[in-house]
Amino acid sequence: MSENTNILVVGIGGQGVMTATEILAEAAIAMGHDAKKTEVAGMAQRGGVVSSHLRFGERVLSPQITPGTADVLLGFESAETMRWQHMLRPDGITLMNTARLVPPVVELGLFDYPDDPLAEIKKSGRKVVAFDATSIAQELGDIRLGNTVMLGAIADHLPFPAETLLDCVLRRFQRKGEKLVELNRKAFEAGRAAVGAAEAALA
Amino acid sequence: MAAVMPIPAASRVLMSGNEAVARAVWEAGVKVAAAYPGTPSTEMLEVISTYPDLYAEWSVNEKVSLEVAIGAAYAGSRSFCCMKHVGMNVASDALMTLTLTGVIGGLVIAIADDVGLSSSQNEQDSRYWGRFAHVPVFEPADSQEAYAMTLDAFELSERFQVPVILRMTTRINHVKSLVTVGERGERASAGFKKDPARWVMTPSGAGKRIPLMFARAGELRKEAEASPLNFIEPGSDRRVGFIASGPAYMHVKECFPNAPVLKLGFSCPLPFEKCRELAALVDQVVVVEEVEPLIETELKAQGLNVIGKEILPLQGELAPNVLRPAIARLLGEEMPEKRQFGLSTAPMQVFPRPPTMCVACPHLGVYYTLSQVRNLTISGDIGCYTLGAGHPWNALDTCISMGASMGIALGLDKGRGEADKDKRILAVIGDSTFLHMGMQGLLDIVYNKGNVTVLLLDNRAVGMTGGQDNPGNGRDIHGDEAPRVDFAKLVCALGVKEERIHTVNPYELPVLFKTIRDEVKVPEVSVIITDQPCVLIKDYHKLKPFEVIDDKCTGCGNCIDVGCPAIHVTRRGKEIKPNGREVDLAFVRIETSVCTGCGLCVQPCAPDAIVHHVPVSPITLVKGCGV
Repeated sequence: MSENTNILVVGIGGQGVMTATEILAEAAIAMGHDAKKTEVAGMAQRGGVVSSHLRFGERVLSPQITPGTADVLLGFESAETMRWQHMLRPDGITLMNTARLVPPVVELGLFDYPDDPLAEIKKSGRKVVAFDATSIAQELGDIRLGNTVMLGAIADHLPFPAETLLDCVLRRFQRKGEKLVELNRKAFEAGRAAVGAAEAALA
Repeated sequence: MAAVMPIPAASRVLMSGNEAVARAVWEAGVKVAAAYPGTPSTEMLEVISTYPDLYAEWSVNEKVSLEVAIGAAYAGSRSFCCMKHVGMNVASDALMTLTLTGVIGGLVIAIADDVGLSSSQNEQDSRYWGRFAHVPVFEPADSQEAYAMTLDAFELSERFQVPVILRMTTRINHVKSLVTVGERGERASAGFKKDPARWVMTPSGAGKRIPLMFARAGELRKEAEASPLNFIEPGSDRRVGFIASGPAYMHVKECFPNAPVLKLGFSCPLPFEKCRELAALVDQVVVVEEVEPLIETELKAQGLNVIGKEILPLQGELAPNVLRPAIARLLGEEMPEKRQFGLSTAPMQVFPRPPTMCVACPHLGVYYTLSQVRNLTISGDIGCYTLGAGHPWNALDTCISMGASMGIALGLDKGRGEADKDKRILAVIGDSTFLHMGMQGLLDIVYNKGNVTVLLLDNRAVGMTGGQDNPGNGRDIHGDEAPRVDFAKLVCALGVKEERIHTVNPYELPVLFKTIRDEVKVPEVSVIITDQPCVLIKDYHKLKPFEVIDDKCTGCGNCIDVGCPAIHVTRRGKEIKPNGREVDLAFVRIETSVCTGCGLCVQPCAPDAIVHHVPVSPITLVKGCGV
């Protein structure tokens, strides 16, 4: 159904793609939407490809996003962001971490990693905003904050206020103490700012 | 997992199909739940084990799990077992006679079909078991239905004294959607009542129960005709009507919101009259079912003119991108894709990213070694170590079913032709797979004097499904202490000679190499047990990470052949050897942030370029920092 919002989150096993999508789903539900989240896990936890689908709206039927109908593509890794471009609708937007995770099959020389995934995506005619979530997380002191940076990155591309998503992110850390809550708040805002700055530069 | 406080009744929460079934099992007052892990079913029992007031166990295999559930149901308690589709093949021996005895306490068997093969060796349609065993099949379409149908299934099971199959697919098990939960109902057990004519299935006793089974099937069909789980949505566009079950129903509603639909939730026995009712409403009927044409074939046999697999695939999910074009072609319409999208919907070409073994996985040492030993035929099995078939090791030659590495190895030995007379036959099997179905095969090898070297990879976990506990690691489903199998004593008891049993640390490559090379030459059965834990479980302890001294790396690439994902190529080059041969060079670095210091890559490094990493500044990590 066209009134549903379709968010596709992609990356590789172990990056936190599924958790990020679950938090997005919680935010949508907090706004009163029906929501369905799906992916195929299993082998994905062994460094394989992960694509997590989130659909929300008044009522969601099929949990899968049909190719060509995703509103936003949130990419945790460069080549993976390229892999799923066909899922976007023509006026959809890609928010992409420029980090590269090179798999053993490339290290063995059996396949090539694309020279410039960002350029390839731009060439295809789709709107894309790139930022280095991994470096942002490292600057904040811990690479594991990358997931929260990514959620901050999508916060202004959702049909509900960024604060709703932020609340859902921070709720996960409430029991772990104020220090972590603040760190994740900073990471979220840094992701938001990075996308904002990159979009301003494009305009 | 430890018991937690269940979410209060009337809460509306985001749950996977697996979590929803687990909740319903608890609410239904189930007393006994048993399973063997298998994607995509695993989380059902994992979550059930967190609920209070019931008994949950990891069984050694699916057949045992079903038998445990049968015993509890005979005792008058409600019981549950779950498994992936191939698990039902193992459990089916019990099912096919269970249908004759029936049950007293409700018994629900949840079977998770991996439609689309996300993590399985084949694709199967478990709805066949309903037809084969003459037991009812429910097919939920989302988490709320999985929850509600589980509760309904227990009611039906007790009313008809029949086990009920809850047929799920990956797209139900692993999809999260909203579920409104209810209260737990306490339920007293009726108690086991001796009744040999019913519980002891001998030829004469069983023969008398077969007519009862068919009579029950007839009554169940009437029940399906009247069931609210089967309903018609009349729609307004009468050109095509759909009969759909399971997740396919949601896809149909998504694509054709105005079409008449018969939604089958209680799909076996099939309610023929309901299907005729739908057919009477529309010009033509399309049956949308994943994956095989069961409903379609039965309806055609009834003389109904339906369309199914003539236009839909016999494999994989019937998602909107499959359904829309198929129905458009049927109606002679233009493909909706062409109308809708300006940009190409063809995927961009990107390298494949197959699953890999983890950084420092103990199997890396095993497969690196196997890739260095010549003249082997390697019979493989089901688990993380099946990945040994891939790059860079290419060291696994067969894999079909749980425990099959044993029998296939013996068959490769006994059936060898002249061309293979010098081949060494080796079987590779994990600890949990060995206990599941490998022990019998090894006994067969010993008894029949096979010449096979068995590598028993004991990593103390069911690794591929997430590191579940098993009888090999001394912990039960709650993580509490449990008796632990001694693999060396076990294989000795099966008849393997003591001097042919070796326990080896798979991180010590020279020892592992020598042991394998020596044992494959011995013309009788040997067992080599590797004894280091899976890196994903708590038994594993990280060591100091390594790094590469750039100046010392000669680009030989030996370390890359270990296959550890922490090793990355920094630059490539070429070298002309003194004999004039050109060789490729690959200079490397180690990602120290993920390296756990197993030392496997250090051993094949000729120039000693890999050393312990010395951090520039101390790294402070805050525990549980990221989401």
